[in-house]
Amino acid sequence: MAQLTPAQKDAYWRKTSRLMWTILFLWFVFSFGVQLFAVQLNEIKFLGFPLGFYMAAQGSLIAFVVLCFWNASAQNKIDEEFGVSED
Amino acid sequence: MAQQAAKTGFVANLGKIYGTYTGSFIGFVLVLAVLEQMGVPNRIIGYAFVFLTIGVYAYIGWLSRTMELSEYYVAGRVVPAFYNGMATGADWMSAASFISMAGGLFIAGYNALGYVLGWTGGYVLVAVLLAPYLRKFGQFTVPDFLGVRYEGNTARVCGVIVLFSASFTYIVAQTFGIGIITSRFLGIPFEIAIFAGLIGILVCSMLGGMRAVTWTQVAQYIILIIAYLTPLVWLSTKFYGNPIPELAYGQVLDQISVLEKKLGILRAHAAPYVDATGKFSWTEFNNFWALVLSLMVGTASLPHILMRYFTTPNVRQARQSVGWSIFFIFLLYFTAPAYAAFAKLEVYQSVIGQQISSLPAWVQSWSQVGGLLTITDVNGNGIIDLTKYAVAGPVLDLGDIKIHQDIIVLSMPEVAGLPYVISGLVAAGGLAAALSTADGLLLAIANALSHDIYYKMLDPHASTRRRLIVARSLLVIVALIAAAVAGTRPSGIIQMVAWAFSLAAGGLFAPLVLGIWWKRTTSVGAIVGMMAGFAVTLFYLIATQYFAMPLWFGIRNISSALFGLPVAFIVTWVVSLMTAPPSKEMQEFVDSIRVPKGEVAWAGKAHE
Repeated sequence: MAQLTPAQKDAYWRKTSRLMWTILFLWFVFSFGVQLFAVQLNEIKFLGFPLGFYMAAQGSLIAFVVLCFWNASAQNKIDEEFGVSED
Repeated sequence: MAQQAAKTGFVANLGKIYGTYTGSFIGFVLVLAVLEQMGVPNRIIGYAFVFLTIGVYAYIGWLSRTMELSEYYVAGRVVPAFYNGMATGADWMSAASFISMAGGLFIAGYNALGYVLGWTGGYVLVAVLLAPYLRKFGQFTVPDFLGVRYEGNTARVCGVIVLFSASFTYIVAQTFGIGIITSRFLGIPFEIAIFAGLIGILVCSMLGGMRAVTWTQVAQYIILIIAYLTPLVWLSTKFYGNPIPELAYGQVLDQISVLEKKLGILRAHAAPYVDATGKFSWTEFNNFWALVLSLMVGTASLPHILMRYFTTPNVRQARQSVGWSIFFIFLLYFTAPAYAAFAKLEVYQSVIGQQISSLPAWVQSWSQVGGLLTITDVNGNGIIDLTKYAVAGPVLDLGDIKIHQDIIVLSMPEVAGLPYVISGLVAAGGLAAALSTADGLLLAIANALSHDIYYKMLDPHASTRRRLIVARSLLVIVALIAAAVAGTRPSGIIQMVAWAFSLAAGGLFAPLVLGIWWKRTTSVGAIVGMMAGFAVTLFYLIATQYFAMPLWFGIRNISSALFGLPVAFIVTWVVSLMTAPPSKEMQEFVDSIRVPKGEVAWAGKAHE
C-alpha cells in the first residue's frame, strides 16, 4: 500500500466506487434504457435519422467512447487527490 | 543497455514510424492504381496486395523477435495508450466485423444493431471494472490473476479451461475466414489457402510473441480502417456530396422507407424489434437485450482483449488505452450501418424491377462468381421481381435474387464505381482484420498453456530459454490444430464466434469482477461459481443446438450467457458467504491492486 491510513483508503475506495456506479448507470441507460423506447423515439427525426435507430447505430456508441475517456480522467483526479497516482 | 536505448528510441518515434508506414501504404495503393490503368491484370494486383501486406507483417514480426520473457508475454510493458488502442482495435475486429457485420445489418435492419451496441459497449465495463486493476496486478495472463487471487492451481486450471473453450472456437472461425479471403483473391483452393494464411499468422507472432503481435496489429489496424472507409467515403461524396457517409445515410433511410412501402416490404429497415411480418415482437425484443448483454459482458471477459491492457507502461495509460480502443473500434462500427443502408437503397433502386439484361455491372460480375449472389428468374419475365423478404441464415431471399451478407462490403468498390485496386484494398483490409484477431487469440491460448500450465504447474524451475521454446512450440501446435479443424469447414462457424462471447462471459466475468470489487469472495466460492456459470452456459448452448431442447423464454442460444451469468454471480456469492473469509494477506493483496501507486502485496507464498 502507498502510505494511506485505513480511513484514507476507505475514502479513496468510496470515491472510486461512486464513480464506478455512476458510469455503470450511464452505461446501462445508453445500452438498454434508450433502446427500450426505440419504437417511440423513431417517430422523432434527428439529423435526418429516426432517433431510435440513430441512438442504437451512433448515439449510444458516442456515449460509450465519452464514458471511457471520462472515466480515465475522473479516476486520475481521484488518484491525484489522494496522492496515489504513479510517479 | 544498447537494446534498452534502441527500445526507447523506437517507442519515442512511433508517430514518425507509423506515419511513414501509412504514407507508404497509400503510395503503394496509388502505384497499383496507375499500374491497373496501364493494363496490369486484376489477378496480379490481388497478389500484390496479399503478399506485400503479409510481407510487411512478417518484417515487423522479424524485427520484434525477442528472447526476453516480459517482451514475449507483455511486449515489455512499453506500449503507449494510443497505440495499444489501435492494436486492441485490430485484435478485436475480426473477419466477421469487417466483412459480415454490414451484411447482417443489411438483412436484419434495426434488429442487427444489437451487434453494433454489444460489440462496443463492453469496453465501458473493461474500463471501469477490470483493465486498470489487472494492469496493476502486473503479471502475464488472465489465469495468472485467478491463480493468485483464488490461491492455487484449481482456479488457474478452471480459468484456462474457460479461456481455451472460448478462444479456440473463435480462432477456428478466424482461420476459416483467412482461408476464404486468401483463396478468393489468390485464386487457389481453400485447403491450400488456409495453410498459406497459417504462415501469415505465425510469422507475426512466433518470434516476438506479444511484442511482435502488438506492432503488427497497429500496422493491421491502419490498413483495415483505410480499407473499410475508402469505398464508402467515395460513394457518399459522389452520390450525396457528403464525404461523411455516417451523416449522409439519414436521408438514405428515408428513401429506403419510401421504397419499402412501394415494394410492399413488411419488414421495415429502421423498425425496432420486428418479426418477419414487420410487427413488433416480444421475442425479438427480449433477444435484442439478451444479445447486447451477452456480447458486452463477453467483451469484458475475453482474455485476448484483457491481456492487451497488460502491455501499457502504467495503470493510468491502461485506463486511457480503453478509451482509445473503443474510439478506434467505433470508427468501423458506426460506419457499418451506413454500408447496409447504401447497399439496400442500391438493391431496391437499381436491381429490383429492372430488366435482367440491364442490371448494374456489380450485380452481373458477382452473379458470375457464384455463391454470394444468385439470380433466378422464377416466372421467366426477364425482370427481377421482389416476391418475398425471407431470411435464411446469412442469405436474404427476395424471390428472383438471393443476396449473401458478405457481398455488401466486398462489392462496395464496384457499386461505387471504383477501380479494381480498391477491391484489392478491401481484401487486404479483410485479411488484416482476420490475421490480427487470429494472432491475438493464438497468443492468448498458447500463453495460457505455456505459462499457466507448463511453467506454473508442470515445471516451475524451467529456464527462460526453455520456457520460450515451449511457448513457441505450443504456438505452432495450436495454430496447426486450428487450421486443421477449420479445413474441415465445420458448419455454423459464424454462430460459433458468438458462442465464444457467451462462454467467456458465463465463466470468467464473475470471478474477475468479484475478485477485485468484493474482498469477501473466497477461493471456493469463485471456483464453484465460475464452473457453475460456465456449465450452465455450455449446457444451454449444446442442449438447444444439438439436442433440440426448447428455448428458455425464447432466448436464442447465441445469448446463452444470459443464464450462465446470474448463476455465476449468485453461486459465487452464496458459497463465499458459506466459507471462511479470505485471509488478511489476501485482503491486503486486493487493497494493493486497487490503488495505482505502490507495490503489489503478494498474498501467500512468494511469487516471482
